[in-house]
Amino acid sequence: MKDIDAIAVLQDPVRRRLYEYVVAQGREVGRNEAAEGVGVARTLAAHHLDRLAEAGLLESGSRRLSGRSGPGAGRPAKVYARAPGERSVSLPGRDYRTAAELLAEAAERAGLDAGLNAAARRRGEALRGTDAPCAGLEEAMAVLAARGYEPHLEAAAPEGEGAGEGASVVRMRNCPFHAVAERFPPLVCGMNLALLEGLIGVGGPVRARMDARPGECCVVVEASKNNGD
Amino acid sequence: MTASQPAAPTLHLAQLNVATLRHPIDHPRIAPFVEMLDPVNAAADSAPGFVWRLVEDGTDDATGLRPAGENVIVNLTVWESQEALWDFTYRSGHLEVMRRRRDWFERHVAAHLVLWWIPAGHVPTVGEALDRLADLRANGPSPRAFTFASSYAATEAAARGL
Repeated sequence: MKDIDAIAVLQDPVRRRLYEYVVAQGREVGRNEAAEGVGVARTLAAHHLDRLAEAGLLESGSRRLSGRSGPGAGRPAKVYARAPGERSVSLPGRDYRTAAELLAEAAERAGLDAGLNAAARRRGEALRGTDAPCAGLEEAMAVLAARGYEPHLEAAAPEGEGAGEGASVVRMRNCPFHAVAERFPPLVCGMNLALLEGLIGVGGPVRARMDARPGECCVVVEASKNNGD
Repeated sequence: MTASQPAAPTLHLAQLNVATLRHPIDHPRIAPFVEMLDPVNAAADSAPGFVWRLVEDGTDDATGLRPAGENVIVNLTVWESQEALWDFTYRSGHLEVMRRRRDWFERHVAAHLVLWWIPAGHVPTVGEALDRLADLRANGPSPRAFTFASSYAATEAAARGL
């Protein structure tokens, strides 16, 4: 299916909400859960989820909820998760990805990390648009969400009663630079960190830090450790 | 290698990278790198798919070995798959070392990282590793010596006798 056709599948509002619900969970989601999450009937949810899978926007699989296998183990439940591919449409046709890859390759070969990071930090500051750094994790999450990072809170360490912002870090499900970051990780992930440092602001109550793990953005945002520990 | 292996032996991925220090390893500007050695090596040892890494006798790392030149440190490791090595290299605490590489290491014009397949159980020597790097530098990527960007599947390497 062409990208423009796949994206058109999201035009239906119920389908769009189902897509966004599944994507936001960051794991496989069953039909019942998706239907409840969006507040529609199970059969309607199933229909739209399958349409999203046909369009290649979601991946579907089956999982036996009983944990057993073989005959008599019960019917497997159908589950959905975001498909890894990217879809984009540009009218008229433009190809910024190739441009980005070529520029990254040239910057990598010339060792231009410092200059790229400085430009990224300036851009982040310009995008923030205020003089004050983000005042807390909630504000940081809103800023990150607006840039497409899909932030979510994660408990940092199971110590104390775990309440309050200090016990959590913001992780991001999406890397807006994924394709280029996969080809030139240190260069592009360094650029991304510098951009986020500019966006969040340095010296304020929250900070961005590199903490890469598979399948997510390489940066986390957390409370600054400014008053002892 | 044991004789009880079936016809198609399992292959592992060996990795060598060399880095030319901009200052002696005990220089204050290299200190942040040295501080990260232990945690990053510990992360490697417990990473999924990690098999082996070169360690100098009596130490926890290989930074004291200088087989490729007085100021050149070497990193020689073995992994179960290319995906496992990639995830550790770029999607763990090791990425932070990579991000700051220009602070500590000279930029290499020639290739500084080489990958090649080995039979599982084989422990690569430093000499063998430097030969693979020389092969990559002289002949470009091939099933004998390649990079992340130009990789060859284990089956392809095995078909050509590694």
